Amino acid sequence: MNGVHDMGGMHGMGPVEAESNEPVFHHDWERRAFALTLAAGFGRWNIDMSRASRERMPPADYLRASYYEKWLWGTEHLLVELGHITPEELASGKASGRARDAQILRAADVPAGLKNRRAARMDDHLAAARFAVGDRVRTKNLNPIGHMRLPRYARDKRGIVDRDHGVFIFPDAHSAGGKKIPQRCYSVRFEGGELWGPDAGPRDAVYIDLFDDYLEHG
Amino acid sequence: MSQDREHHHDQAHHHHHGEELAPHGSPLTDVQLRVRALESLLVDKGLVDPAALDVLIDTYETKIGPRNGANVVARAWVDPEYKKCLLADASAAIAELGYIGRQGEDMVALENTQKVHNMVVCTLCSCYPWPVLGLPPVWYKSAPYRTRAVIDPRGVLREFGLELPDDVEVRVFDSTAELRYLVIPERPAGTEGMTEQQLAELVTRDSMIGVAKVKVPGR
Repeated sequence: MNGVHDMGGMHGMGPVEAESNEPVFHHDWERRAFALTLAAGFGRWNIDMSRASRERMPPADYLRASYYEKWLWGTEHLLVELGHITPEELASGKASGRARDAQILRAADVPAGLKNRRAARMDDHLAAARFAVGDRVRTKNLNPIGHMRLPRYARDKRGIVDRDHGVFIFPDAHSAGGKKIPQRCYSVRFEGGELWGPDAGPRDAVYIDLFDDYLEHG
Repeated sequence: MSQDREHHHDQAHHHHHGEELAPHGSPLTDVQLRVRALESLLVDKGLVDPAALDVLIDTYETKIGPRNGANVVARAWVDPEYKKCLLADASAAIAELGYIGRQGEDMVALENTQKVHNMVVCTLCSCYPWPVLGLPPVWYKSAPYRTRAVIDPRGVLREFGLELPDDVEVRVFDSTAELRYLVIPERPAGTEGMTEQQLAELVTRDSMIGVAKVKVPGR
């Protein structure tokens, strides 16, 4: 979706302000919101659904919110949308009954759960690559209402395939219902001038990880 | 912005969840109340085990952080064979040191040199290689960094105190898929006699995101 989350290249956001000796969390509620999101989502939704949910936050709220406020918003909405809690329960904080789904992430299972590897790879599928390293490609001009990982600043732009990363779950479909469609993902190099015009640094380039469906020969 | 602050301020003073107070005695803010309510709801419904929350928090607050990535970099600096493996298959080379897990399943290592400077951003959300760098700092997740890293990388680097010569190529990696990037900064001059452990202590988080170089103290 053409949301405010897709912010690469926007102006007016001010300088980057780094905090020295920054703590991992600034408030206790951030700790809880972080852990609640991971634990509640475990086995119930995938990372693309999490991202898509945060992207649906109203744009003015999104810009105003801190990172973990966005997580909280996304988690609350996913829980309701997927039917794990009702809007009334969310509003009141009071459970109207126990969940039907008995699956729960137990403390003892956390270490193993976090070390689950190859979660997004589907290398056993779809061996053929449409593009080879060195191929000239052009990104499509796509504007779906749903989740997509082709940033707006890189649509209808020409680049060169720099790496073939292999086959991964295609996030667009995965975000909408969890269907695992295997698709090849490439690192594509775009010259600064192609993305930003003549004012771009002549020795600047951006590499973007893009799926087959976003690309055509160019 | 000021309107929003007032809004939150007002809500915090309504005491609409009874007499709940934060540890320092002031009323809970709206977001604190929401998190607290959600946690108690999910626990009551049997959707979340509160003990699992504590383990998750402890893992990312105390066990996983940029020291992991620094150990990878130091190993690559002292062991050319390891560096070769790291650049060829970062996931395997990093897993060899035990750093595996969520948001680090598929790693790519990028080597900074005198002629090429790599830096990493996630313009669409805030993707970050958790097993090697821990959770991302606020600036990495902020709108200024996410908007500007791709259009004005040298300006962003300047704000971090890094002025790159014009003949250095800047490569910005926008992590839009499930690949996670670790920058291998240049090993600074004057570190020839250092042990792997001493080298690891020099490597900063920012140098592994690609917004800083590694410096030797006192030089």
